[in-house]
Amino acid sequence: MATDMVTNSRAEVLRRVRAARGGTSDGVAVRAGWDGIAREYRRKGTREREGLLALLEDRLRDYDARVVRAAGEGVGQSVAKRLVERGVRRMVVPVGLPVEWMPVGWLPASAGEVEFVVDEGLSSEELDDVDGVMTGATLAIAETGTFVLQNVAGQGRRAATLVPDYHLCVVRAEDVVETVPEAMGRLQETAGLATTFVSGPSATADIEMTRIKGVHGPRSLDVILIV
Amino acid sequence: MSGVGLDPKTAPTFPMAAKAMLGDTQLRKNVRHATDVIQEKRARVVGEMPDWQELREAGRQIRRHTMEYLDFYLEEFEANCTRAGGVVHWARDAEEARGIVVGLVKASGSDQVIKIKSMTTEEIQLNSALEAAGIHPYETDLAELIIQLGEDRPSHIVVPALHKNRQQIREIFQREMKLPELGERPQDLADAARMFLREKFLRVKTAVSGANFLIAETGGVCVVESEGNGRMCLTLPETLITIAGIDKVLPRFQDLEVMLQLLPRSATGERMNPYNSIWTGVDAASSGDGLRDGPRVFHVVLTDNARTEILADEEGRQTLNCIRCGACQNACPVYRQTGGHAYGSVYAGPIGAILTPQLQEMHHAQSLPYASSLCGACYEVCPVKINIPEVLIHLRNKVVKQNTAGVAGLFDVEAGAMKAMAMIFRSERRFRAAQRLGRVAERPLVRRDGQGEGWIGWLPGLLGGWTQARDLEEMPKETFRDWWERRGRDGN
Ligand code: SF4
Repeated sequence: MATDMVTNSRAEVLRRVRAARGGTSDGVAVRAGWDGIAREYRRKGTREREGLLALLEDRLRDYDARVVRAAGEGVGQSVAKRLVERGVRRMVVPVGLPVEWMPVGWLPASAGEVEFVVDEGLSSEELDDVDGVMTGATLAIAETGTFVLQNVAGQGRRAATLVPDYHLCVVRAEDVVETVPEAMGRLQETAGLATTFVSGPSATADIEMTRIKGVHGPRSLDVILIV
Repeated sequence: MSGVGLDPKTAPTFPMAAKAMLGDTQLRKNVRHATDVIQEKRARVVGEMPDWQELREAGRQIRRHTMEYLDFYLEEFEANCTRAGGVVHWARDAEEARGIVVGLVKASGSDQVIKIKSMTTEEIQLNSALEAAGIHPYETDLAELIIQLGEDRPSHIVVPALHKNRQQIREIFQREMKLPELGERPQDLADAARMFLREKFLRVKTAVSGANFLIAETGGVCVVESEGNGRMCLTLPETLITIAGIDKVLPRFQDLEVMLQLLPRSATGERMNPYNSIWTGVDAASSGDGLRDGPRVFHVVLTDNARTEILADEEGRQTLNCIRCGACQNACPVYRQTGGHAYGSVYAGPIGAILTPQLQEMHHAQSLPYASSLCGACYEVCPVKINIPEVLIHLRNKVVKQNTAGVAGLFDVEAGAMKAMAMIFRSERRFRAAQRLGRVAERPLVRRDGQGEGWIGWLPGLLGGWTQARDLEEMPKETFRDWWERRGRDGN
C-alpha cells in the first residue's frame, strides 16, 4: 500500500512535468541544449603567479583569516609558531598529512609542546575536546578567498575540520587557481567525493547585519601558503 | 516551535497586513537598515566582476534549459543519487511531503531532529507536522533559532530575522535560554547560540535539510551556508533527510561554476559564503583515510507542491528559475517599507509576490501580484534575470480572469489595461518608457479588495519617497493618458 503510493507519486509528478513540457525529453536534445548554453563569462584568470598568490592572501585576510607564506623546512617551523600563538594544546590531524609539514621533534605525539592526535575515527565528543585541526587542501580559489577540502588523505573527514575551534590549513601554491570555473574544472574528476568549500571562519550576519565570527564551525582560521 | 507558520490560505490580504506593518516603526527601521547594508555589500562585490552580465545570462540559460528538460534531469538525479546510496522519494504536494518526512524521522528512531534553514520546509509547514507527531525540531540557523524561540515568523529568504534588532534578540535569548546575565553585543548573542546548539549537534541523531542544488550528473546535493550549522547537520547525525523542490535540479557539476558565483554575491554580498557543502549519497568509506564520513542513511524528498502547475504556464514558468538569493527583496521599495510578514507567506518581496499565488494555484494570496510598484528594481538585480514585473502583470491578468469567470464583461476595462501592460513588459524599450511613468501607469490598475478599499492608490503615494531617492531619468514629455491614446492610434 505504502509502496503503491510512493510509485504513484513518482509516476504522477513525472507525468505532470511531461504534460507541462509537452512530452518526454529526448537525451540527444538534452545534450545539444546543454552544449548550446552561452558561457561568455571568464573561465581563466590572467594573473601571474605572484599576483595570484597576493590576491588569495588579500581575499583570505578580508575574511579574517591569517595568512603566512613558508617554504621547505620553514613549513614545520611556521606551523609550530602558529600553534604557540594560538595557544593550542591538542591538535587533531587526518591520516595521510605530509610528515614534512609537522614541526621537527613534535612527532611522535606529545614529544613537543603540542599533542597531535591522529583521527582514526574520533567521535564527535572526542573532536569537541581538541583545540584545533590541521589539514591540507585540494585547491584554493584566489578570487574568492576559498579553499576546498575533500574526503582524501591529508584532508580528513568533514567532522574533523568542523567541530574543533581552530583550523590550520596548508595550501600549496601550485594548487591555487584564480577563478571559480578553473576550480570546478579541476574538481570535475572527483566530483563524487564529499567536498567542502571554506571561505574564512564560520560567520553570521543575522544580528543587525554585523559580521560575527565563529558561530558553529571553527572560530579562527590560519592558512600557510607553501611557495 | 509554536509560532504559527505563515499560511497564504488564512493570511490577511497584503494591503490589510501592510497597513498594520507600516505602523511598526521599529520593524521598518530594522528592515531598512538590514536591506541597506546587504545592498551596499552586494553592489560592491558585483561591481568587482567584469563578467557579471555574462554570468547572469549563463545563469538564466542554465535554469531555462533545466526547466525545459526537467523530467530528464529529475530521473538522472534519482538514478545517480540512488547509485551512491541515497534513497529518493517523490511527493505530489505538501501533505505527502510532510508524511514522508515524519515517517522517515520515526523510522530513524529519534523523537528530535536538528534542522538547517530551508524555505521548502517552511513552505510545507514541516515543523508543526513534526510536533504533531511528537517530534521536536531544533532550528540551528541563528536567525531561524531567533524566530523559533521568539515564536515569530521568518520575514526574508536569506536573513529571516532581519526585522529584529539586538535588544529584541537579547530579550528572547535571556528568556528562552534562561540567561539573565546575557550581554547585548552581537558576539555575546552568537556565543549563547553556539553554547545552546552545540549540545544538540553532538547528541541528536537525525537531521533535516533543504538543498540549494541537486546535481543531476552526479546525484550530488549542494548546501550553501555561513555559520557551520549546516555542516553540523549534514555531517554529524546518522540519518539525513533532505527535502527539495523539483525545481532545484542543476544539470551538471560544472554548472556550479556559474551558480556559486551568482548566489553568494547576490544573497549576502560576499564573494563566497563561508561554507558550501557538496555530498553524494552516503560515503562508502572507499576513499581517503578509509573512515566513514557523514550520515549512514540519506534520503531526498523531491517535492512538486504546485511547481508543475507553474511549469505548465508559459508566462509564469520563469518563476521556477529562482535560486532564492533574496536580492529582489532587498531592492524592492514595497518590501523595504512593509517587511516580509505583510506578504502572508514564507516567500516575501517580489519573488513572493509571484511565487506564492502560483504555489496556491491562484486560489489564495490574490492581492500579492498587486504588492509592487512595477519599478523594475527586482529585475535589475536578479542573478538569473527573472522578469518579475512581466510575471506580475501576467498574474494580475490571471486574477482578473479568475474573478470574472461568470461575470463576463464586468472587468473588461481592467483586463484590457493589463493586457497592454503585459505587452509593455515584454519589450525593453516600452518597459523603460513605462518605468519613467511608473506612478501614473498604475492608475488604470487600481482595484478594490474584499473590504472595498481601493488600495493600489495608496501604494504609490506611500512610495512617493522612493521616486525622490531614485533617478527618474527625465520628466515625462507627455502624460500617460496622451501616450496611451497615441499608442492606440499608432497601433503599436
Ligand atoms: S527572483 Fe531572482 S532576485 Fe529574487 S530571490 Fe529569486 S533569484 Fe533572487
